Amino acid sequence: MALHFEILGRFNRARAAQLTLPHFVCQTPLFMPVGTQGTIKGLTNNELERIGCQIILGNTYHLALRPTSELLEEAGGLHNFMNWPRAMLTDSGGFQMVSLLHLADITEEGVTFQSPVDGKPMLLTPEESIQIQNRIGADIIMALDDVVRTTITGPRIEEAMYRTLRWIDRCIAAHKRPHDQNLFGIVQGGLDPELRDICVKGLVERNLPGYAIGGLAGGEDKDSFWRVVAQCTAALPEDKPRYVMGVGYPLDIVVCSALGADMYDCVYPTRTARFGTALVPEGVLKLKHRAMADDTRPIDPTCPCMVCKNYTRAYIHCLVTKDAMGSQLLSYHNLYYMMRLSRNLHSSIVEGRFPEFVRDFLRTMFPKGDVPEWVCNAMEVAGIDISSCCAPFPPCQENDSSNELEQLNKVKIEI
Amino acid sequence: MKFAVKKALSSGGARVGVLEVGSCPAPIETPALLLATRKGLPHFISPDLLPSLPSPDSNLLQVSPLHFLEGLSTTTISKIGGLHQMLGLQQHGIAAVPRDSIQCLPESKAATKLGASFETPCGRLLIKPKDYVEMISCMQPNIWASLADEVPAWVSEKRNKTSVDRTLRWLDDCISLYPAAGSIFGAIVGGTNLEERKRCAEEVAKRNVSGYWIGGFGLGEGIDERPALLRAVIDILPDEKPRLTCGLGLPEEILQGIAAGIDLFDSTYIYSLTVGGFALTFSLDNSREQHSLQSDQIGSDLTKINLRATAYRKDMSPILENCTCYTCKNHTKAYINHLLNVHEMLAQILLEIHNTHHFLRFFHVIRTAIRDGSFEEFRQAFLESRREHFKGEAIST
Repeated sequence: MALHFEILGRFNRARAAQLTLPHFVCQTPLFMPVGTQGTIKGLTNNELERIGCQIILGNTYHLALRPTSELLEEAGGLHNFMNWPRAMLTDSGGFQMVSLLHLADITEEGVTFQSPVDGKPMLLTPEESIQIQNRIGADIIMALDDVVRTTITGPRIEEAMYRTLRWIDRCIAAHKRPHDQNLFGIVQGGLDPELRDICVKGLVERNLPGYAIGGLAGGEDKDSFWRVVAQCTAALPEDKPRYVMGVGYPLDIVVCSALGADMYDCVYPTRTARFGTALVPEGVLKLKHRAMADDTRPIDPTCPCMVCKNYTRAYIHCLVTKDAMGSQLLSYHNLYYMMRLSRNLHSSIVEGRFPEFVRDFLRTMFPKGDVPEWVCNAMEVAGIDISSCCAPFPPCQENDSSNELEQLNKVKIEI
Repeated sequence: MKFAVKKALSSGGARVGVLEVGSCPAPIETPALLLATRKGLPHFISPDLLPSLPSPDSNLLQVSPLHFLEGLSTTTISKIGGLHQMLGLQQHGIAAVPRDSIQCLPESKAATKLGASFETPCGRLLIKPKDYVEMISCMQPNIWASLADEVPAWVSEKRNKTSVDRTLRWLDDCISLYPAAGSIFGAIVGGTNLEERKRCAEEVAKRNVSGYWIGGFGLGEGIDERPALLRAVIDILPDEKPRLTCGLGLPEEILQGIAAGIDLFDSTYIYSLTVGGFALTFSLDNSREQHSLQSDQIGSDLTKINLRATAYRKDMSPILENCTCYTCKNHTKAYINHLLNVHEMLAQILLEIHNTHHFLRFFHVIRTAIRDGSFEEFRQAFLESRREHFKGEAIST
């Protein structure tokens, strides 16, 4: 084990901790920006450090293609290659099984991908994935899991869960650097509580440095989503970090933190920036909208970042989707927002004011009191009283939660 | 804006000057480079990375008011408080020039007596003096060029003469419409016709302007025609006012302009290099060592390297060993090669930083040479070194 996890504060299930990794000492809850190909799109390392980024994510599948793990090993690892001084986590390539399914063929041996670069087949086994990750050298490496979309049903989910458990042993056996790289197991099992339970127990038996909750953030309804997270965080060991993969929206991060998760990653903040959308306490701000053309306010008056301190919505509006600089400035702001959220989660728990923080957050995002039902239910399990955030009549709005985009639209600012 | 000549080699020749403009932290030495921008900010270098460039050398920017026609009204710009406020660049000197040799190109066929025409991403635009002055008054740049009717080298004598007439008329319009302006630079055109160039220069010299914007270059004239045209214009202009050109972007062209007596340059060179994946590597001192190392690289000559080349896949050294820019202090050629390969925008950011840094150092070295009295030698040595790789190829084939 190459990490140290010390809990500094709690509120019910929520925890704030110090996670000491080989390259950096981190504060959790934390959000990890995704730098798939060895860079966070459009931002330099010193900008990432300045906004408080602690861990970044690299992707095994993409890096193995270009520039190849052998080259990264020769360069002394990805840290050295990209000159990132802080912590790093690599995904195993498992998610590409889902995102690039049309290019993938999954068997007990591993996943065969058709390379998008040259069309040749590329077999990713648990052994190969770990080997590649050993060469890349990140502080945290992920086991290769058999990932299925939560929107599918049937025996495939059970098959994937058991295979994930068989693969974790192969990953552990293949891992050559347990003293400076932490192998996290990933809980699968779809939306089935029994399957999830079996998987958690199986992984915990292996006594890994940390655990991830995988297979979510793929379009499942929010009600199922939070229940899986709640079940897993209740069953996973207290003294080890819990990473909910692919999350995500600020609201989701707040809920999952209340339920006892510590780490998150998602392309959302940077990707949505490239489409001209800014993250703000009220939800999102679409800078492309015509009304922004003469709005001389900053994106977020409460945000102290370089972008909000210097630029108006009107100026960013004329840049977005047309000039690279627009993407860069919005990505900077959005990541700053996520780092600020992480810091606020950590400090509010440590300082004993987590419920107030949650209530403030929800009131700002749902000024009409229309907090989605799934959030109300999750907060009840988390033991946080948010009745003051919800409109008195009707109590909490019925929200069928099947369409995340629709939900997001509800929180758009009135302009 | 204040300008003073500090040292001149000979009347009408290269000179070192000092420019005080706006709230720039320190006076800027000339000859100097105006950084190219898109909607006021560099193409790729984020504003928070600008301070890493040499200062105050990097504090001069050229902005085209036409860029904002694509989505930002002059009323809004005014409401925000002008360009400096809008761009968060209160300590920078901004020169407004309609022509941006990358995306706002003068279209002489569509110009009329009412206004100049430009091909822009918004289509072909006719810019009238009144509208132009309105843009300028809302934007409040430190320096602005009057509206010019620029024509390419191949137009008829009649069209060329018309361009001079219009440019002079529009200069008078600009002056009368906005007398309390930031410093107006009178535009001088005249194509490749010596007489027209002189006529234009004489007329503009009579107006009350703070400096001169010498346009009509980089539009099809031969590089060998230029010295005579530049000399013809500059001989007429008073020494004590600064001269800015447009369209002289390559190092050779800049040296040519400096030799003639130009003080300020815009350039698209950095942008072209950057989007092409090139990094400047030409020597800034008299040592020839690094040239021999690079002569076998594909797609490069002795002045720049093409970072897309597979030769750099495993090159863990910076672009230039003794370069102090952010890119060279933090990243390797291998990393930039990878970024280019996977189409990541960080590649352009890092390259623009390096190329800008290097080009600004080039200007610095030139200024030192002028002060030392060794400018002509420097120029000859520089031109010869850039042709060396041709010699090398000729011998080997």
